[in-house]
Amino acid sequence: MSAQQLAAEERGPGLVARATGSRLLWPVLALVALLVLNTAVNPGFLSVEVRGDRLYGSLVDILKNGAPVLLVAVGMTLVIATRGIDLSVGAVVAIAGAVACTSVATAPDPSSPSAAVVGMSTALAVCVLLGLWNGFLVSVVGIQPIIATLVLMTAGRGIAMLITDAQIITVNNPTLNAVGAGFVLLLPVPILISVGVLVAVALLTRRTALGLFVESVGINPEASRLAGLRSRTILWTVYVFSALCAGVAGLMIAANVNAADANNAGLWIELDAILAVVIGGTSLAGGRYSLAGTLVGAMVIQTLTTTVYSIGVPPEVSLVFKAVVVILVFLAQSPQARGLLVRRRRRPAAAGSPRGGGRRAPGDGAGSSGGTGSTPVREDAPQEHQEVGRA
Amino acid sequence: MTTPERAAPQRPPTPAAPDRGPDQRAPVLAAQGLSIEFPGVKALQEVDFRLLPGEVHALMGENGAGKSTLIKCLTGVYRPTAGAVLLDGRPVSFSRPAAAQEAGVSTVYQEVNLCPNLTVAENILLGREPRRLGMVDGRAMRARAAEVLEGMGVRADPGSALGSHPIAVQQLVAIARAIVVDARVLILDEPTSSLDADEVEELFRVVRAQRDAGTAILFVSHFLEQVFAVSDRMTVLRNGQLVGEHRTSGTTRLQLVGEMLGRELSASDAAPAARGDDASDREPVLRARGLGRRGGVEPFDLDVHPGEVVGLAGLLGSGRTELVRLLFGADRPDSGTLEVGGRRLRARGPRAAVAAGVAFSSEDRRAEGVVGDLSVRDNMVLALQASRGWARPLPQRAKDELVEEWIRRLDLRPASPDTLVRNLSGGNQQKVLLARWLITRPRVLILDEPTRGIDIGAKTQIADLVLELAAGGTAVVLISAELEEVLRLAHRVVVMKDRRKIAELPGDCSFDDVMGLIARSDDDHAHHELAPAGAERRTA
Repeated sequence: MSAQQLAAEERGPGLVARATGSRLLWPVLALVALLVLNTAVNPGFLSVEVRGDRLYGSLVDILKNGAPVLLVAVGMTLVIATRGIDLSVGAVVAIAGAVACTSVATAPDPSSPSAAVVGMSTALAVCVLLGLWNGFLVSVVGIQPIIATLVLMTAGRGIAMLITDAQIITVNNPTLNAVGAGFVLLLPVPILISVGVLVAVALLTRRTALGLFVESVGINPEASRLAGLRSRTILWTVYVFSALCAGVAGLMIAANVNAADANNAGLWIELDAILAVVIGGTSLAGGRYSLAGTLVGAMVIQTLTTTVYSIGVPPEVSLVFKAVVVILVFLAQSPQARGLLVRRRRRPAAAGSPRGGGRRAPGDGAGSSGGTGSTPVREDAPQEHQEVGRA
Repeated sequence: MTTPERAAPQRPPTPAAPDRGPDQRAPVLAAQGLSIEFPGVKALQEVDFRLLPGEVHALMGENGAGKSTLIKCLTGVYRPTAGAVLLDGRPVSFSRPAAAQEAGVSTVYQEVNLCPNLTVAENILLGREPRRLGMVDGRAMRARAAEVLEGMGVRADPGSALGSHPIAVQQLVAIARAIVVDARVLILDEPTSSLDADEVEELFRVVRAQRDAGTAILFVSHFLEQVFAVSDRMTVLRNGQLVGEHRTSGTTRLQLVGEMLGRELSASDAAPAARGDDASDREPVLRARGLGRRGGVEPFDLDVHPGEVVGLAGLLGSGRTELVRLLFGADRPDSGTLEVGGRRLRARGPRAAVAAGVAFSSEDRRAEGVVGDLSVRDNMVLALQASRGWARPLPQRAKDELVEEWIRRLDLRPASPDTLVRNLSGGNQQKVLLARWLITRPRVLILDEPTRGIDIGAKTQIADLVLELAAGGTAVVLISAELEEVLRLAHRVVVMKDRRKIAELPGDCSFDDVMGLIARSDDDHAHHELAPAGAERRTA
């Protein structure tokens, strides 16, 4: 191999590979595309202005409305990094709101700051207990996380109903309301809380060895235990932290509307949070996680929700629209799908060579029957796998 | 001078090779001047290779010698840059592995590549299910599978789930799957790496039967004794080049190892290493009294002194691994006491052991050793960081220095701290695992099968390291399936049998001493695992 070739080899994977190899590239592109789409439909979309003590604008709304999902997703990121999953966060959101509002409503002075503080502290304490329960089932009893947290997911809303007596509890407490609808330094409080927690967790896990431990336990729990890690404690901690994040998100949601709705508060938020984590590039198989990715993922989800309203997608198909966008992001992220697309484009050139013909035979069949767009890509992938598996 | 008969006295002698007059027949599968390049690497250079019908042919070489690459060229996974693959003398170019299989070249890979949730019959006939009116004919499928299994002499219910069988049976099912298509060439890549001695024997029985039926078998293994026990001829590769093609019966182990390594054997290979002075008069650093666990190992006493290598000898399943797991606290003992450095270890479990200066490298590197998706750096500092706790991270510079130092000392390849450990070869993964523990400066280092499944070069390095550590005052407890390795390195040998410690012997005891103890008064099958390794070394 000549020096030139070697140099080419070194340059080859350089820029392109580094850019396309980054886990963040595709979700960021998706976010940018959504923002561009919105700006095209609504030219004033990107404008942000100061009115009085607060910022106004669509972007601020997106951030504020996305704050609960982001917060839940931060907790979820660590859980998923340990190869787990927490399905109970939606129920915990409902319970946190129910406990806080019930406590405030039954306080001697329901509008006093102290009533709000007591209510919120009680709610968060309950959330810690719920997290301990999840962590106990997963790390001590050894139940698979998806089942263990399914218990609380199912039972949680019932518990919230018990607490609220199946009523929607409304409160009128300025201190509590500030957590969901207040502004500090021009910014909505929920944004400050969620971003603050994200930054704090990022610093805590990356500046200390906590991140290494979480990843290590997620990748190989037994090897981690034999290396002297407290695998069980780490597992337990991430579930408690996840419940705590969900609890704070529940307070935001309840405070924003001054009410606890056991049925609808945080409904499906666990799925949005999991989606945000996965779009952000953290694998459900555990191990390496990316909090920056989770931030981008949460923003993609929320921008998408906003887009559905702003570009006027009919409500009856809005969920389908969301699903299509999410699938496109995942396909763009998958190296296999990208590889297939690239190969497909190059095929006319390669088909002439003896090498190209035989090897791609199975793909060809699926491709020609599958039509255009993203569909054939999806059909090709399993085909390709089967061939390899049989060999 | 070495013969398979000598190596395995309990076995009926292998039918001798001469009546198959190997060299005259036309090869069924051959390679001529095969070369393949990957960016920056010449993986194979003008390799000639001949596989004859009705022979077991061993493909030998260190990790990275090009064995897998050659197999992949033969089976159509890779396309050679130059040269030709000949099937029955005609050039062929398999477009993909399935095409090779259709032409009668079947491969069984190292990791069992089957579906544990499906039945044995489904696994054997997956993708080739007999059909009736367009539906899979379950009865015909089971019948066909039963026929194949019976032909191989394997007793397994075709209707049972594959996962319910031991690995050995799964391995045989994988072979059944390979030969159900009337394979004329059967390629076995490290088929024995997870089998015990009896299971290996079972596998070899099937291999020999296939050979006698005329199948050409290509066999890749790290176990020299197995190669000598089962193969008729062998091809040796080094650095992508052909260095030798021999009849097994005319080849000595020393000659073979020399060709594979391409250098003179180091001192620890050729002769017993110089041992340090007798350590037993010093205070023991590890003292177990009546330590035991029901269903694991019966209560035992054991002292390990600083600077001493204590080897554990015994058959697979004799309780070697169970014993050291109790020493480390990987399993909880239910009787007895353990002292480290004169202090009783009360808390049980890996953390307490690590804190007391005990380190344990598990035999199952992948599942219990390295953390595959983390970098070399993170893997190496994991144990030290775990003992410091999460709140006191190692400073970046200290971390880098430690990692650099151990990468250099252990000759890790590639020498990059950022490589993910799962991308390293087995030998290098083992080195990372060793580094993880050595960084903690342990007083007692427990190594369970540190040389399993790694190439001879890395084996030698690890053996040298063990001696060096002991010379520096570390106590080492060593388990190896190769008794010869234990005898070569250990100052003292603990003999295990049936989950019991049955004796302690001085390090200069002989192979026969240990064998005698284990074989005394009972069963004959016990010889398998130990016999080949030892007999081979003596005669070589």
